[in-house]
Amino acid sequence: MSNSTMHATQTEPTETTDAPVLELRGVEKSYGPERVIEGLSLSVHEGEILTLLGPSGCGKTTTLRLIAGLERPNGGEVALNGTAVSGPERFVEPEDRGVGVVFQEFALFPHLTAAENVAFGLETWDADERDERVANLLDLVGLEAQGDSYPDELSGGQQQRVALARSLAPEPDVLLLDEPFSNLDVDLRVQMREEVRRILKETGVTAISVTHDQEEAMSISDRVAVMNDGRIEQVGDPEQVFQQPESRFVAGFLGHASFLPGYVHGGEVTTGLGPIPRDQINGLAGSYDRTRIDVLVRPDDIRAIPVDGEADGQVVSRRYLGPTVLYEVRLDDDTAVQCMHNHDESIPLDTEVRIELDADHELAWFPTDQRPPDVDE
Amino acid sequence: MATDTPTIEDAGENLPLPTTIASGAVAAAVLLPLVWLVRTALDVGLSEAIAISTRPSTLQVFVNSAALVTVVTVASVLIGVPLAYLTVRTDLPFRRGFTVAVSLPLVIPSYVGAFAFVSAFGPQGAFQRLLAPLGVERLPEIYGFPGAALVVTLYTYPYVFITTRAALKSLDTTLIDAARTLEHGRWAAFRRVTIPQIKPAVGAGALLVALYALSDFGTPAIMQFDAFTRVIYVEFTSFGRDVASLLSLQLVAVTLLILGLESHIRGNEPLYAGRQGGRTSDTVPLGKWKYVAVAACLAVSGLALVVPVGILLTWLAQGGADVGNALAFRPTYALNSIGVSAGAAFVATVAGLPVAYLAAKHRSRLSDAFERATYVGYAVPGVVLGLALVYLGTSYAQPLYQTVYLLIAAYVVRFLPQAVGSMRASFLRVNPALPEAARTLGRSSFGAFRAVTLPLIAPGLLGGAALVFLTTMKELPATLLLRPSGFKTLVTHIWTATASGYYGHAAVPALILVAVSGLSMLVILSQEGYDVK
Repeated sequence: MSNSTMHATQTEPTETTDAPVLELRGVEKSYGPERVIEGLSLSVHEGEILTLLGPSGCGKTTTLRLIAGLERPNGGEVALNGTAVSGPERFVEPEDRGVGVVFQEFALFPHLTAAENVAFGLETWDADERDERVANLLDLVGLEAQGDSYPDELSGGQQQRVALARSLAPEPDVLLLDEPFSNLDVDLRVQMREEVRRILKETGVTAISVTHDQEEAMSISDRVAVMNDGRIEQVGDPEQVFQQPESRFVAGFLGHASFLPGYVHGGEVTTGLGPIPRDQINGLAGSYDRTRIDVLVRPDDIRAIPVDGEADGQVVSRRYLGPTVLYEVRLDDDTAVQCMHNHDESIPLDTEVRIELDADHELAWFPTDQRPPDVDE
Repeated sequence: MATDTPTIEDAGENLPLPTTIASGAVAAAVLLPLVWLVRTALDVGLSEAIAISTRPSTLQVFVNSAALVTVVTVASVLIGVPLAYLTVRTDLPFRRGFTVAVSLPLVIPSYVGAFAFVSAFGPQGAFQRLLAPLGVERLPEIYGFPGAALVVTLYTYPYVFITTRAALKSLDTTLIDAARTLEHGRWAAFRRVTIPQIKPAVGAGALLVALYALSDFGTPAIMQFDAFTRVIYVEFTSFGRDVASLLSLQLVAVTLLILGLESHIRGNEPLYAGRQGGRTSDTVPLGKWKYVAVAACLAVSGLALVVPVGILLTWLAQGGADVGNALAFRPTYALNSIGVSAGAAFVATVAGLPVAYLAAKHRSRLSDAFERATYVGYAVPGVVLGLALVYLGTSYAQPLYQTVYLLIAAYVVRFLPQAVGSMRASFLRVNPALPEAARTLGRSSFGAFRAVTLPLIAPGLLGGAALVFLTTMKELPATLLLRPSGFKTLVTHIWTATASGYYGHAAVPALILVAVSGLSMLVILSQEGYDVK
């Protein structure tokens, strides 16, 4: 997790109006005996970009399909602009919802040109207005010259722009993006993220995107909803979710995370790195005094310093991540922690090191009963 | 959409209602003629039925037909699969030309082939006369089982060839590359990777061959081989209705058995077979085997094409000047043939559309049953179907009887699965996200179908229609039984001329038939080319 992506998300605070554009209330979905979505509730506000983030199989794409009306929920309600569109008594067909979708593999119609694809949802428009709208949108996505090309003549990035223009053309209230960047190569992906965010903000559309890529989620969203196993674990702005994860799952899924076992007593928490002042642990209630907890440390919260004697542990592995190097240090109490250093600071393997806590924010913590049964991170 | 999209395995409750009703109606219409068969057979009475079914001559017929189907199917696979492999995956010279040459036997009606083979290789036939100066007194017997098996194989193996070709072309060749990097030779890779992948396609082709062999009327009749169809026809014309209907029911039972076998081989296909893999044009070098391969291709297409065309041209040259007007050929015969065939192709496409759509996109027990039901009509021999429709027409639909509408209905019942199969395959290739995208852009489910799915399956639609057109052009027994009086087509003219021994008069219509069918074959092959794009 680099700092640059963090900064990109701090622009444009979420506009909050009274009524949410989209609301999910206790939505359930099963395929046969298998329950995919469990009691999912979520509100999305006008002009906001929200990302559903989670590992594959967590139900995020199904959630998107339920919003679009491509699947019917088994329970609960989906409401758009305050009106139920999926519920116990009502089901509005996808074409009548005013919801646009950018599909994962773009789903461009291979038998139509780029311009015809964009015009597809404007069937009922007046011909002149339609042409103007198509031209404006191709302009917006920077494809003025490619209107007459067929999808197989366009590059991946261009196809994505057409898909975006097509879904925006009928002026949807809500735009859904399903893993929108997964079909692009890495360089293009970063560029298209910025581009897509610009276009979405320019049109002011309310957007919900789905991804398993945390960096992507952090960089394009106003808010992130982390999903696991059919449920939303946490919703919040990216920085908040990253720095104050509410569950061990969220902490582990977003970026590198090490969990430092500690013992709370009085004004400090005793850990393998030595004592941490209680003030530096976020919202640790008095009732946790004299209990064991796990403190979350990110690789950029700590530094390893080679020492002779008085060491906390030993460097056991080293991973180059381009501009930075990720070291894993095994502490004397057998806990593993990861720390991030610049690539020019080289520490050989097996070096005895002292670990220094260097965080300018409060650390998150979890009660030990949240530990997964067979993972030791 | 993404990795966690569930498969669309419907339990049946989510089937779209109008399509299901349409599909069910088509299936019911196709099965209707069978109702008559069962009724007539029930009239026989149980003890007599058992007596007829178990008498030695009936058992002999069963053994004959079973042997014919088995030998023809196995031989077709042994010819069709290697030829498909040669023309798709190897550096065989003139691949394009051979592809066409090897597919073309499909356009020659098997009864024309049978006449030609009898005429060429029979006692005192053209070939024997040619070899007589060399002291050849006798050729191996052509009548009976060997001739029937040879002729039916030569004119049906292209079904296997064409389906296998399509599968080989869409095969992801990176899979073969993967196998070879895992220390498999070409042969081992073929056996462990290619064969499992093309098995469903080979099975589908073999199914068409087996059903054709079982229901072919012309060839066993000419080769004097007692298969089901010939015996049923003989029994019927000698007023043995009971025996005919009982034998017909047995024939249907054998058909169901074959369908069950094929279904077992087909197994579970993915719902969306859209990944047209393998851009690598990795062809297998033949080396010195090239000559053997070319010789094999030449031998098969030569035997199947040159013999009948040569014989037809001989007849044409000999002429038939000395017979009256009754046998003179008129161009309207050709127009009649083309007209009813085009009608059948159109109706079969429209009727097959809901069945194919349901079977491809909403796979469930019910939709599978509907699709399978359409195959039953294909397997009911033309003789039986023709008689069933004569009965139904005279009893329940008098105004339709002796009209081209009933004739077209018979063709549709018989050849529907060809349209369904082709369309179903096309539906499977349409990425399910495309109609969904159309829905989210404001189209109704029917609107999305019309604007997106239909244009994308158009090649498959056209290919299926061409196939129905082609087979209708050649259809003999139902045409003979159901045509309005005075309505003559190419095949009825050929039949009349050859049956009365005036072969010369059969030459022109037969050549026209082969030419028109050849054109529709080119349509089918060019559609295959479109798929490759």
